[in-house]
This record gives sequence, C-alpha cells and structure tokens, in this order.
Amino acid sequence: MKTPSPLALLAVDPHGLGGLLLRGSSSLGCEAVFDQIRAMLPADAPWRRLPVSITDDRLLGGLDLAMSLQSGRRIHAPGVLAQADGGAIILPMAENLPADRVAKLLGEFDRGTSRFAIIACDQSHDDTSPLSAGLADRLAFWLDLSDDLTGCSSSRPRIAAARSRLPDVMIDAALLDQLTVTALALGIASLRAPILAARVARALAALAARGTVSAADAQRAAQLVLAPRATRLPATDPQPAPPPEPQQAGPEPANSRDDQPPNDQSAPQPSSSKPLEELILEAAIAAIPTDLLARLAAKATLPARQGGGAASGQFMGTRGRPVGVRPGKPRTGVRLAVLDTLRAAAPWQSLRRRNDPDARPGPIVRVSDFRIRKFKEPTRSVAIVTVDASGSSALNRLAEAKGAVQLLLAECYVRRDQIALIAFRNRAAEILLPPTSALARARRSLAGLPGGGATPLAAGIDAARQMALAERRRGKRPMIVLLTDGGANIDREGRQGRKQAMDDALAAASACATDRLTALVIDTAPRPSALAADLAGRLHARHFPLPFAHSGALSEIIRAEQRAS
Amino acid sequence: MIYPFSAIVGQQDMTNALLIAAIEPALGGVLAFGDRGTGKSTAIRALAALLPTMRAVAGCRYRCDPADRKRLCTDCQARLTQGKLPVTRIAAPVVDLPLGATEDRVIGALDLERALADGSKHFEPGLLAGANRGFLYIDEINLLEDHLVDLLLDVAASGENVVEREGLSLRHPARFVLIGSGNPEEGELRPQLLDRFGLCVEVRTPTDIEQRLEVVRRRDAFEHNPVAFARRFAEAERVVRARIKRGRALLPKVDVPESILRRATTLCIALGTDGLRGELTLTRAARAKAALDGVDCVTEAHLREIAPAALRHRLRRDPLDESLASTRVLRAMDEVFAPAREAA
Repeated sequence: MKTPSPLALLAVDPHGLGGLLLRGSSSLGCEAVFDQIRAMLPADAPWRRLPVSITDDRLLGGLDLAMSLQSGRRIHAPGVLAQADGGAIILPMAENLPADRVAKLLGEFDRGTSRFAIIACDQSHDDTSPLSAGLADRLAFWLDLSDDLTGCSSSRPRIAAARSRLPDVMIDAALLDQLTVTALALGIASLRAPILAARVARALAALAARGTVSAADAQRAAQLVLAPRATRLPATDPQPAPPPEPQQAGPEPANSRDDQPPNDQSAPQPSSSKPLEELILEAAIAAIPTDLLARLAAKATLPARQGGGAASGQFMGTRGRPVGVRPGKPRTGVRLAVLDTLRAAAPWQSLRRRNDPDARPGPIVRVSDFRIRKFKEPTRSVAIVTVDASGSSALNRLAEAKGAVQLLLAECYVRRDQIALIAFRNRAAEILLPPTSALARARRSLAGLPGGGATPLAAGIDAARQMALAERRRGKRPMIVLLTDGGANIDREGRQGRKQAMDDALAAASACATDRLTALVIDTAPRPSALAADLAGRLHARHFPLPFAHSGALSEIIRAEQRAS
Repeated sequence: MIYPFSAIVGQQDMTNALLIAAIEPALGGVLAFGDRGTGKSTAIRALAALLPTMRAVAGCRYRCDPADRKRLCTDCQARLTQGKLPVTRIAAPVVDLPLGATEDRVIGALDLERALADGSKHFEPGLLAGANRGFLYIDEINLLEDHLVDLLLDVAASGENVVEREGLSLRHPARFVLIGSGNPEEGELRPQLLDRFGLCVEVRTPTDIEQRLEVVRRRDAFEHNPVAFARRFAEAERVVRARIKRGRALLPKVDVPESILRRATTLCIALGTDGLRGELTLTRAARAKAALDGVDCVTEAHLREIAPAALRHRLRRDPLDESLASTRVLRAMDEVFAPAREAA
C-alpha cells in the first residue's frame, strides 16, 4: 500500500499540523494541491482565501455598519479567520502578505479559538521577499510543487475515521525522544519541529487504523517534517533519517546566527564560510556624520511638495492620528465617525419621520449623513543603500563603505526608519535586503556581502530607482544612498566597455532626478574624483567624499553648507 | 485547557520575572524577547490561571478594589456616598491585546449601540479598563504601531486612562502590569520604549538535549490528555500560587539595607544607565525577589540574580556592538561586587 500523502495527513489533523507550505512558481500546480486537500476535508469545512490586500476588519472581524444602522443594534461581522474554524485558510501568495497581517494571522492561529489549517503558497523565485519565518515554523509540511503529490490521497470516509481515532493514538516515549534528538542532530533549533513531527506520526497511525505510533510512522514523520527543515547533516546518523535537501535550507534557520549547535561536534555549514570582509568590517572606521539621514530627510520633503504632491506624506488611511472628519462612505477599514454622523442626521429627523412614518424609533440615518474620520499616518523613510561591491571598490574601500552603512543603520534604528540594501557587482545588481526595520537582519546581510568583479553601475542605480519608486507608491519616503567611486565598466546590457557603461550610468542617474528621488552619493574613490561628482550632479544629489582621516571634518563641511543654503 | 505554569521546562529567567511582576505590579512590567517557539505566550497564559483571586466591587466595570478608597472609579465613588459597596471575589484579569486592536478597542469608545439607538452618549470601556488590576499581554509588541505602544506605556505609568474623544471626557483607573513579548528578528522595539519596561528577559531556545526532550514530552503529554496532565501538576501549581500570595503579603515588610542600595547605585553608575529608573527598578525588583523567596531582607544574592533582567535594556545601546547587553551587565557586576567583598 502506498504511504499516505502529507495532504491526507493534513486533512486528518488540520489545526494540529498547522498546515502546508508550498514552494513553486506554478499557480496551476498550487490550485491542484488545494483541490486535493479540499476533496479530503469534510464537505462543509470552510475554505477561505486570504488576499494580500485584506483589511484588518475583514481579517479579524468588525462592525457591520449597514446592518447595525438598519437594526439599530450593534451587529458584528465575523472576520475571515473566525469563519475558517474547522477548515483552512489559503494564502496564494504568502510571501507578499505584510508582516503585520502575518502576525495577526498567527496570533489568531495560536489563540486557537478558531481552529484552521494554513495553506501557504510561496511563489517567490528568489529571496527578495522571504516568507515569514514564524509562519513557516508553525506549518508541519514544507513541500515543493515538483514533489510527487499525486495518487496517494485518501477518501473522505477514511479521513473521517482517522480523525475520530486520532485522540486515542499513543506514542511511545522512546520514539518521541528520538524525534527530538533527530531534530537537534539536523540542526533544527525550533522545538515546534519535533512536536509537529510527533503529531504527524500520530496522524499516520490513525490513518492506518493503528492505536499506537510505529517506528515506521516516526521515520516517515521525520522525513516529512524534519528533513526539509534541516540546516546541516548530522555527524552520526541517530536513525535512518533521509538526506536533507540542500536547496530547502528553510527561511532563515534560527541557529545560523548565534545559537551554537548544542553538541560541540564541529558541524560544517555549507556556504556559510565567513568572508574576510566581516573581520575587516569590525575594525573599519567609517566617516559619515551620524545625523546625515536626519538632515537628508528634512531636505527630502521639499522636492516632494514641489512635485505636485505626487509623493505627499498625507493620504487617507485608517491608522495613525485622527486629523478631522469629512463626509464619505465608510468602506472596509475606514471608520465611521458616529457622533458626527448623528449630528449630520439631526436636522433632518422631523422631515424624514414625516416621509417615513413606519420607521423604527430612534434617529433615522441615511447614507448621505455618513461622516468618516481622516487619519494621518506618519510617513516612514526608507534608506535604499546601494553599494558598489565590485573589484576596484573591494580593494579600496568596501570595508569602509560597510562601516559607513553600519553607521547609517544605527541611525535608522534610532529613528525607526527602514533600510534596504542593494549591491552591484559583476553583471547585475542584487537586492540583499528588502526594506526592513530589523537591524539584526540588515547587519547580517551586510556582513555577508562579498566583493569583487566588474562594475555595473547603471544596473545598480536602476535597481535602486525601481525600489524607490515602489516604496514611494506605498506611501513611504525613499532616499537613495549610493556608495560608489563613480567608475563603471558594464553597461545596461551587461556588456563590457567603459564608455557605454558610463553613459548608461549617467542616464540612469538622470532618470532618478526626473522622478524627483532624493539621493546622496558617498564617494568611495581613494581620492575625490570627478566621476562621482558628475554622477551626483546628474542625480541632483549631494556628493560626499569618504575621507581617509576623520569624520569631524566632513560634518563641519556639511554644517557650513547648510548654513550657506 | 491551559498549560500549567509549573510544567514549563527551564526558562527560569522568564518565569521568575513574571512571578516578580505578579508580586510587585509597580515594577513596570516585563518584556520577553527571544526566539520563536520558546513558550513565551504559554508562560503568560499559564500565569493567568495561577494568579490568586482578589476582592472587587461587585458590578463595577473596572473591578475597583473596595479597600483602596483613593483609587475608586467615579461610579464607585458615587455609590459609596449612598452606602456600602457590595464586594465579590474575582479572578485577576489577563487581557490579551491583539495586534489588530484599534485605538477605540484599547482606550474604549463611544457606545455605538446606544448612540445609534437613541443618540445618547455612553462610554464603552476598552481593553485598558478590562486589564485594570491585572495583566495586559501583547505578543509581538515590536510589531504594534508606535502610537499604541506610546499610549499603553503612558497609561501603565500613570495608572489612569484619560479619554478625550468623540465627545467623551472621562477618566478611569487602569493599573495593570504590561507584559510584552516579541522576536527582535522581526523588527526591533523603539529604544525609547525599552527602558520603560521594568524587567527585560531574553528567551532562548534550549540547547540542552535533556531539556529539549522534556519540553517535547510534556507538550505531547499535555496535548494527548490535558486533564491528566493538569492533575499531575496540580500540587506544583498550588505551591507556586502560595508563593505569590506569601510574597505579596511579605513585600511591604522587606527591608533594603543601606549597603545594598549603595551597591545598586554603584552598579548603575558603572553601567552608565540613563536617569534614576535603573536604580529604582533594580532595588524594587530585588525586594520583590526577596519576598518571592520568603525572606524579609534583600541580600547581594537577590541583587545579583535580578540585575541582568532589570538593567540589560537600559544600557546606552550601540547597535554596532554585537556583544550582548547581558554580558555587559555581568561584567560590570563582577567589577562592582568583587572589590566590595574583599573590603568587607
């Protein structure tokens, strides 16, 4: 008999196993998996899709205004999560779900008042926007669409029988311990992993109509739950665990940073050899005035105003400080200002009552009376740090540039700004870090930045511009911080050639200026060069040579410049 | 069923900090920062089930303490002028503040139902009112919007919620212990807010194999048969509850010798903590720790035990410094305490 598929196991214990993480870029493939699972869940089990744009009141529930007005009582509309009790929540593009919504989803999941499975599709091709580690941690199964998932589903009656059997399935203490030990040997820090594995083992036994978990069940559970989470190969195999798949290292294994593997066996982690720069980095002394970003941010508001409000800091939101009331329809997420609505309705009461004698007692409120509250959300700045990591730069100043970025990071941390990191070298630019306010992550991705290769300056500027425009659309205030010596030798097409490369870089810089993006060029050349100054001119940016000597001098210059302007 | 507090394996720092906060609510709450899946939420929910019951005015929306005349809400004050307050025993509230909570939900707002039905103006208490005399728990506090965190800390410090919105103008008591938890990997808490928490504990995934085995075993046993599991720990739970009760009774009598005060101050100076909140919290926490241990005099051991949690989040933080704040506190403690002992 074929072993039951993870999908069948999930149908047996949807909330207990947390759910399923599907990796792959094919939407059709994801849908096929959804259909398989749905066919095994009870026919009346709820099945709710979570769009990325879902608002809080739809997610968690809120007041149903239309109904409340009609009946004169408070009528609560349950959120999607409450409606999913006993079924599943589908995240078709889980990697795009904003962090606050993920946190709310997981909060409800943990609270367990509504018990549902989470089926998450991760369609990100690279790690530009990695899936929330907290989410992945709670889901028992991490599957790839290329895995064979067909032909091993179970019928609904069989699943239902297994469900009723599940609470009585026993697991031997020794097997349980073995799962824990295996998880540790595979370098899995989270204790949820062995707990989930034990639940999977139980579900396996229940499906096979057995009252106790067998050794084979435990092994299969280890294969399903632990193997994809493995971060290293065990030195000695404690049990026939399957070879971990190297490409599925899992999003940010928690122990890759400071959690030492408990047993002191030297566990060679592939591809994590510390680059030499990290050591240099510690010693690097950067020379950027610490309040540079604050000054730049103050300056950044000016061009935006002139630009006809394209990127104005105010927009209708549902969060932040209330700044007034205006007529308007309460949409989902936009709050009704009750008192003002009633006030608006007051003058019309006698007239309306005459026209509508059968109306229920109490004020008669019409849609035209609706007043909604305006909010002003503080605009957050995003510093998009774009680093030249090419060979020439690596030789010269990469370590110092990194030090400079670290200082910027420190400042962002204090000001609660976000920071993103782009590096360009060889043929292309690479987003090392999407906009984040997590300092620890920024620091790590910076430390791991390798150097060397040619200089595709145009690609770097283009990538920064793309990101800046995207962030501006989200209502944030982007700021490009470009660390370069101004030299380029790879053009936009990826071809060698200094002349074309320089032209392209200047064109890219002009495009940024046209879009009125705020920028700042930090010159990393050994001595201040005309190249970087030119570039700064095209960007309408200020140009700061990174001096060898001391930061005091530079801050003096800036202060003088500010007095002058 | 709630996982029993005494069944939590390891995590001494966190469980101790929670117990100390339960004994001394004026400490300023607890912040638990650390890895995913380490039982932060479990511990706090478990504590809720453990807290002793308390006396409260029957029918009061804010659960006023009938013995504390000065802090009665306006409703209870009005009732008091008419006669005696009816008293009942209630469980200490532990309110969960979900990340999605709106400001209305937190502060309280106009009662929509009555406003719509007859246009009258009534206050509908929010989560802050619900947490009065108990605990307010926020998971992932680092992801909570800044203005809400500000508001919470303000109310937590003043013990009073002042409502000035939607035509309402009132104030009501809101004394609660704020418990925050989060994972710094997913975004940091604003540094300005850090030091307003009384204690800060770091929660790490246990690396000891025996501990890990025990965690998984107990979790599995609990899930399989929660009732039997709760029975297994009933006695241990009773002991912890008795410790809290005894600690609360003992706390006002605990003596802090001059020498201990001096040590606490020296330590804070050595660490360069801003303001005097460090010293205050450190001595208060040490006193609560002594009460928890059932002794009526603070010793150096208490100070040492509690210093990392009381001070680690008050250090001038250099974001580039990878060394843990706890290490710096320990180092400073060795420097401050060692010569003093030689002299003695």
